[in-house]
Amino acid sequence: MREQPPLIEADRLSVDVPGRGLPFLRRAPLSILAEVSLTVRPGEIVCLIGESGSGKTTFGRALLGLVRPSSGRIEVDGVPLPDFSARSFRALRRQAALLFQDPVSSFNPRQRIGAMMAEPRAIAGVGSTRLADIVALAGQVGLSERFLARFPHALSGGQARRAAVARALSVTPRLIVADEPTAGLDVSVQGGVLNLFLDIREQHDTAFLLITHNLSVVRHIADRIVILYLGRVVESGRADDVLRAPRHPYTRALLDSEPVPDPTRRRAEPPVIGEVPSIARRPAGCEFHTRCPRAQPRCRSEAPVLADEAGGRQVACHFPLPGAVSIPAPGRRMAKS
Amino acid sequence: MKPPSLEPPSAEPPLPAPVLDMRHVSVSYGAHVPAVLGVDLTIRPREIVGIIGESGSGKSTLAHSVLGLLPKTARMSGTRFNLAGTDILKADRTALAALRGPAAAMIFQNPMTAFSPIHTLGRQLTDLLWRDRDPSGAQKRARIVAALAEVGIPDPVGRLDAFPFQLSGGMLQRVAIAAALLMQPALLIADEPTTALDVTMEAQILHLMRSLRERAGVSILIISHHLGVIAEICDRVAVMYAGRIVEEGTVEAIFRAPRHPYTQALFACEPALVPTGMRRLPVIAGEVPRPGASLCDFASRCAVKAARCVEQAPPWTRSGEFPGHHVRCHGSALSGSPPSGRTP
Amino acid sequence: MAMLTDTATPDTPTEAAGSHEPRALARFATTLAHILSTPLGAIGLLLAMLIVLTALLAPLIAPYDPTAINVKDRLADPSLTHLLGTDQLGRDLFSRVILGTRTAMTVALTALATALALALPLGLVAGYGPRWLDGPMVLLFDSISSLPMIMLGLAVVVLIGPGVPTVILVIVLYSVPSYARLVRTQTLSLKSRDFIKAEQAMDAGTARILFRHLLPNVIGPLLILACLDISTVITLEAGLSFLGLGVKPQIPSWGNILSDGFAVIRKSAVPVVAGGVPLVLATLGFTFFGEALRDALDPRLARERRP
Repeated sequence: MREQPPLIEADRLSVDVPGRGLPFLRRAPLSILAEVSLTVRPGEIVCLIGESGSGKTTFGRALLGLVRPSSGRIEVDGVPLPDFSARSFRALRRQAALLFQDPVSSFNPRQRIGAMMAEPRAIAGVGSTRLADIVALAGQVGLSERFLARFPHALSGGQARRAAVARALSVTPRLIVADEPTAGLDVSVQGGVLNLFLDIREQHDTAFLLITHNLSVVRHIADRIVILYLGRVVESGRADDVLRAPRHPYTRALLDSEPVPDPTRRRAEPPVIGEVPSIARRPAGCEFHTRCPRAQPRCRSEAPVLADEAGGRQVACHFPLPGAVSIPAPGRRMAKS
Repeated sequence: MKPPSLEPPSAEPPLPAPVLDMRHVSVSYGAHVPAVLGVDLTIRPREIVGIIGESGSGKSTLAHSVLGLLPKTARMSGTRFNLAGTDILKADRTALAALRGPAAAMIFQNPMTAFSPIHTLGRQLTDLLWRDRDPSGAQKRARIVAALAEVGIPDPVGRLDAFPFQLSGGMLQRVAIAAALLMQPALLIADEPTTALDVTMEAQILHLMRSLRERAGVSILIISHHLGVIAEICDRVAVMYAGRIVEEGTVEAIFRAPRHPYTQALFACEPALVPTGMRRLPVIAGEVPRPGASLCDFASRCAVKAARCVEQAPPWTRSGEFPGHHVRCHGSALSGSPPSGRTP
Repeated sequence: MAMLTDTATPDTPTEAAGSHEPRALARFATTLAHILSTPLGAIGLLLAMLIVLTALLAPLIAPYDPTAINVKDRLADPSLTHLLGTDQLGRDLFSRVILGTRTAMTVALTALATALALALPLGLVAGYGPRWLDGPMVLLFDSISSLPMIMLGLAVVVLIGPGVPTVILVIVLYSVPSYARLVRTQTLSLKSRDFIKAEQAMDAGTARILFRHLLPNVIGPLLILACLDISTVITLEAGLSFLGLGVKPQIPSWGNILSDGFAVIRKSAVPVVAGGVPLVLATLGFTFFGEALRDALDPRLARERRP
């Protein structure tokens, strides 16, 4: 998998929101994403992880041109997009599909699910939009024919999620960008959606960019992980490496914050205090220093650079954690009975 | 100030009078849509009780029924439903309204919509203290500031003039908890209190709720579909499925030795408990049926279903070595089988 | 198969496609039931139907030619021969009121349909088109709406003379900006919704997004507003005609009846009442009906009704 050229490569992609106000009195533009680089290879599952305000959703949309990047470069199969106009994104959009966090809202409320599933084919003019074929498509995601005539709001969370996946699959995309694919789903259903992703990858060598905050899910599905904090990459690397031995204190804090379903492993204190600062008031130096338990004077003044490490890992920290300490998966440490 | 305890509080007699006492309580929407079926639930002072269940299990309906927040079409029945000494089944609307605050307060899933967007937080918190006619404005203000400080809000005085949209979700949830505490309720009901929050904030809010029990002596009923959240703060856990409580016990009993096939399947699906490297996550096939459709509502999805499961209603049996551990299942008392889920 | 896609492909009819009709029928039935469930809605529907039927069957109902002058019988009192009496030229008032309904409905429906047809593309372009165009268009809408209605009417009458087309033109000119603004606001709010973003991510063309996805979501609220406006338009027509700026005097119209009636009010109050009562009934009827329709079709209200 490693040797293959990237399917898509974002190189120092930034998104700014122009400041509001009168000319000359206008505030400085807000930087939502700051030079985020990320590659996805064919058949790879990359997880983009961050809390609210980390810019993870914006990144997914910027990659498909739904939000206009302010600088940076996007390469598809090694060929850079000439600019960020809608026309340039056309070829990419035909090869990629976007799954929204709220699947119901991503369907036209006045159209039936079946029509919406056929939509990508109708737009591209490729593939059959005959009912029998749409039924087959729905079958791939485990939805029976009777759902096709329903309106979006008449579906449950899990069904709507499947319908959205079916719509994405209808033109066999090479890349699926999924924003919080398990949000709002019961654990009993969650696994089904993730299994579906794994099946799709197996059958079509589809690559995935999963945008999520749910680390317990990431653990099972990710090949590589990229951690965002305030629109900047703070750590990235192979999923096993990052989850077993996080180098950045923020990654550590995220892992420790995830409540463990074991009453004997309660935490005496919350692993990290305070909340994510506003991007309008980014802290100076390392942006995590306001919440970092290991912050030193240097962290308050000097911003760390994202440094490459062995094994394709990157960390942006002046005082990274030792990489060797391993955290056992909670599943192993559970139940003695 | 005792540390978070795993000991079942109900272990030694004499027991203090329960804050919430429900016996065979049922709730239905209209005449034919049952949502909660014959629920028995007791919450004692300073106890944190959790309800786990999928969507459609009736756990939110149960929580809302305690505060009389159900829609007008809802009908409640039961043999006993006492909240802080008041019989809810007999209470009229005024009596129910009088219970909100002194007897029980609620924290909602989405703190962003739990506040009025056009009034300052200070104004909204002051309004909550309308029952206290005697204290002056300055005294009320001091109480509010103290409550905000207690839930860890930086610059509580400054926040009084803030509007809800100026605070993050996590901060607003803290304010919601402060608001609940101002009314000094006997019972705090939290309906998915951390679902809308980031993980780092979730850990802080759970910690806050746990420390409040120690400091304010409040009982908490927390509803969540997240097993980690339940494990983190509960003393006792009830597992709800299709309107019924199918298993109940101390948090240790439920997490160490789940007996009901549904509880076991739920644990088997929890991604944090599934060993990594499986690359295939277990699911519970099928959907939650309409409550009361069959004798055992889980039979249609159950992996260990037997003939008697469709012939007789499953009994509510004591189970295992943990005190107070009960299961509503035919096979449970016999098979202490380890959690097992199905992988498609 | 038309239900699934717009590309015509032969296929066998199926359950999914076939279930469309009964659903639409059922939806119509529930909407109707909801309108009838409130007293005002029922009254509104009855009045609206009464007026529309009268307009359609006007020549059959009217006993006399409404323009036939009979000076001998001028200002006759109501009697069995002339149900509402006659006006100052001896024309049968009942026939004039009945055919006035037709004038009122013709003007209202033509004007509103034209206004909608113009406002939809204008509003869509302002809301979804290039950003630089939005400002000037809104400025134009606001400028037109800021002109006093009567001045606008006078200007148009001076330019092209009074008559039914003039009234329609004035009403169209006056209502297009407000409809276009509604369409624009709706479009702007829909534009940032996920399902439009999803279409963009699927590389859907602008025409497809506009006509298949934006239009059906915009047109509902617009039709309801137009229904509420029917009463305003009828009043406008009557008002303009009353001032002599509208329909030509010999043509039966409620405004003309009122205008003529005022001239002879010291001799007989019947003409004023005969012109005024249908106007009030029509205004109330269409307002009640429009409001009931809005409540019945609002999905948020619908959800509250069926928890």
